[in-house]
Amino acid sequence: MRRRSRHSSTRLSTLSYNYPDLGGHFGQFGGIYMAETLIPAVEELSQQYLRFRDDPEFKAELAYELKHYVGRPSPIYHAKRLSEHLGGAQIYLKREDLNHTGAHKINSAMGQALLAKRMGKKRVIAETGAGMHGVATATVAARFGMECIVYMGAEDIQRQAPNVFRMKLLGAKVVPVESGSRTLKDACNEAIRDWVTNVESTFYIFGTAAGPHPYPMMVRDFQCVIGNEAKVQMPEMIGRQPDAVIACVGGGSNAIGLFHPYIEVPNVQIIGVEAGGYGIASGKHAAPLTANAKVGVLHGNKVNLMQDENGQIIETHSISAGLDYPGVGPEHCLLKDIGRAQYVAADDDEAIAAFDALCRYEGIIPALESSHALAHAIKIAPTMAKDKVLLVNLSGRGDKDMNTVARIKGITL
Amino acid sequence: MSRIQTTFARLKAEQRKALIPFITAGDPSPKLTVPLLHGLVAAGADVLELGVPFSDPMADGPTIQRASERALKQGVSLRSVLDMVAEFRKLDTTTPVVLMGYGNPIEAMGWETFARRCAEVGVDGALTVDFPPEESHAAFEHLEAHGIDPIFLLAPTTRDERIAAVAKLARGYVYYVSLKGVTGAGNLDLSAIEEKMPHLRRYLDLPIGVGFGIRDAATAEAVAKLCDGVVVGSRIVQEIENSTEQNVVANVAALVYELRQALDRA
Repeated sequence: MRRRSRHSSTRLSTLSYNYPDLGGHFGQFGGIYMAETLIPAVEELSQQYLRFRDDPEFKAELAYELKHYVGRPSPIYHAKRLSEHLGGAQIYLKREDLNHTGAHKINSAMGQALLAKRMGKKRVIAETGAGMHGVATATVAARFGMECIVYMGAEDIQRQAPNVFRMKLLGAKVVPVESGSRTLKDACNEAIRDWVTNVESTFYIFGTAAGPHPYPMMVRDFQCVIGNEAKVQMPEMIGRQPDAVIACVGGGSNAIGLFHPYIEVPNVQIIGVEAGGYGIASGKHAAPLTANAKVGVLHGNKVNLMQDENGQIIETHSISAGLDYPGVGPEHCLLKDIGRAQYVAADDDEAIAAFDALCRYEGIIPALESSHALAHAIKIAPTMAKDKVLLVNLSGRGDKDMNTVARIKGITL
Repeated sequence: MSRIQTTFARLKAEQRKALIPFITAGDPSPKLTVPLLHGLVAAGADVLELGVPFSDPMADGPTIQRASERALKQGVSLRSVLDMVAEFRKLDTTTPVVLMGYGNPIEAMGWETFARRCAEVGVDGALTVDFPPEESHAAFEHLEAHGIDPIFLLAPTTRDERIAAVAKLARGYVYYVSLKGVTGAGNLDLSAIEEKMPHLRRYLDLPIGVGFGIRDAATAEAVAKLCDGVVVGSRIVQEIENSTEQNVVANVAALVYELRQALDRA
C-alpha cells in the first residue's frame, strides 16, 4: 500500500517534468559555477546550442552522421542464455558497444563537434577517464579536420594504454595530468584551465552530462538518441516497454540518454548503478548518490559530491576509470531527489563477475563501466518473474579494459 | 567605513596605489601564516588576500595549486584559516584581509556560519572564484548581513551587462583579471588593460585591482599606473616555495618591499 502511494506521488512530480530552467538548474542542482573568464564562453555556447538544436539543417547533418558514420540505430539484443542461466527476468541489452569507436560517447562528441564546426572553432579539447570520450573526440576531430587535445590523468593513462594509443593514431595530443588523484577529476580541472586560456579559439567537448550549463542539458539531448531508439525498439521486440531500464552512472551520460525518454513513461522503473569500488562502507568508491553524499560545487555545477567535512573533494576508487569520479550529473541528483529513479551501487568484484558472465554466456566483452549496470541486473533478475524485462544499457565494449582485467586475474598479456 | 574602504580612501588621498599580495593559508606551514601576514604588512602591503586551500583549484595555475596541496596535507581547513585571521588581528587591527578561494568549503560550512565567523575574526572581504553573481544572491545576503564585502572578478571577456550586474553586488574593490588564463600565466597585455580601465570605470565606482600575470617590479609599476591596486599571487607563492622555513618571512618581505618601491614610482 505504501509503495503504491509513493509511486503515484512520483508520477505527479514527473508529469510537469521540464528541466533545466533557463539558468541550467535541475531543482537545486546544476547551474553555472565558473570563474568569470569562462562565463561568456558558456553563455555563448548556450545561445548557439539553442539556435542550432532546432535548426533543420543541423538536425539533418547530425542524423546523417549518426546513421552513416556512427552506425545507428544500435540494436537491442535479448541475452537469452544469460537470462536462462539466471532463471528470472529477461535481460535485454541496448548495444551502444556496437557504435563506431565502441561506446556511447561518440553520440555526444559528434553532436558537439558539429556545433563546434558551426561556431567556427578549429581547436577542440576534452577530458577523459577510461579514454572512450577521448577516443570519440579524437575521432570526430579527425573526421572534421580539427586540432584535438585530450587531458587524461596519469593514473588512467596507465590503466587505459590501448585507448591512449588509439587517440594518438587519430592525431590527438594526449596530455598526462599529474596533479591531485591523477584521474578523471584532475583531467577535468586541466581541461578547464586550457579552456580559460584559449577560450576564443577552443571548443570544450565535455564528456558527460555534468559541468556548467548548458553541458548537462546538451550532452543529455545528444545522448537521448539511446532512449528514443529503445522506446521504439522494445515494443517491436516484446510488444511493450521494459519493466526497468538500467545503466551505469559515473557522470551519467549514457544513463541519462537512456533514462530521460522514459521519465514520463509510467511503470518503467529507472535504475542507475554507481561504482561501489571496495564497498560503500569502505568509503573507497565512486557512488555519491548511493552513499547520500552532501550537495556541493565542483566543475561548474552543484551536485551530490564526495567530499570531506571541510568541503574538500575526496579521492574516489573504482576498478573502472570511466566511473572514477566524485560527482554525478545534476539531472541524476534531481531524479533521485524526486524519487523517479533509484540509484544503487555494484562493487568491483560484482562488476568483474558480470563481465565474466557476459563473456561466457553471450560472447560479448563489455566495458567495465557497463559491467556495473549488468551486475545489478544479474543481482535482481533471479528475484523476478520470467516474463519481466530488464533493459540494460551496454554503454561500451571492453577491449580497452583487457589490461585491467588481465592484471586482476593475474595474467600477463 | 569598512577597513577596505578606509584603506583605499587613504591611498587615494596619498596618491598611492594599493599593493595586494596573495598567499595561501597554511603554506608552507600553518604556523608561518600569521608571521608571513605581518611580514607582508611590514614590507608595504595594503590589503592581504589570503587563499583558502581547495583540492581542485581550477582557476589557478600549478604554482598556487601546489601551495594548496602543501596546506591541505597539513590539515588546513576553512575553520583553521579563520582562526589564523583571528590570531593576526591580535596585533593588526587595520590591514584589510580578504579570503580568496572556491565555493565548496564555504558551502560545506554554511554561508551564514561563514559570514558570522568572518565578522567575528576580522575578515573584511570574500572572493569566491567559482561563484558568479547569478549563483550568489542567497549566499551574499549572509555576507551583507555581517558586513563582509563580496569581492568579484571581472575578465577581459566580461560583457557590459555583466559588468553592470557585478557593479551592483560588489563592495570593497573589484578584481580585474588581466588576462585569459589561470593564475601565474605570463601573457600579460598592458595595452589591453589600459584600454579596458576607462570602460570599467564607466560602470564601477569601486577601486579596481588588477591581477594575474604580474611577475616582477617593472610590470607591477606599469600596471599600477593604470588602476588602483596591484594583486601579486603566484610570484609570491613561488618565493615561498623556494625558501626554507627559516628564511621564508624575510625573503617574502624583501620581494614585497621591492614591489612596494615599484608601486610608489608609478
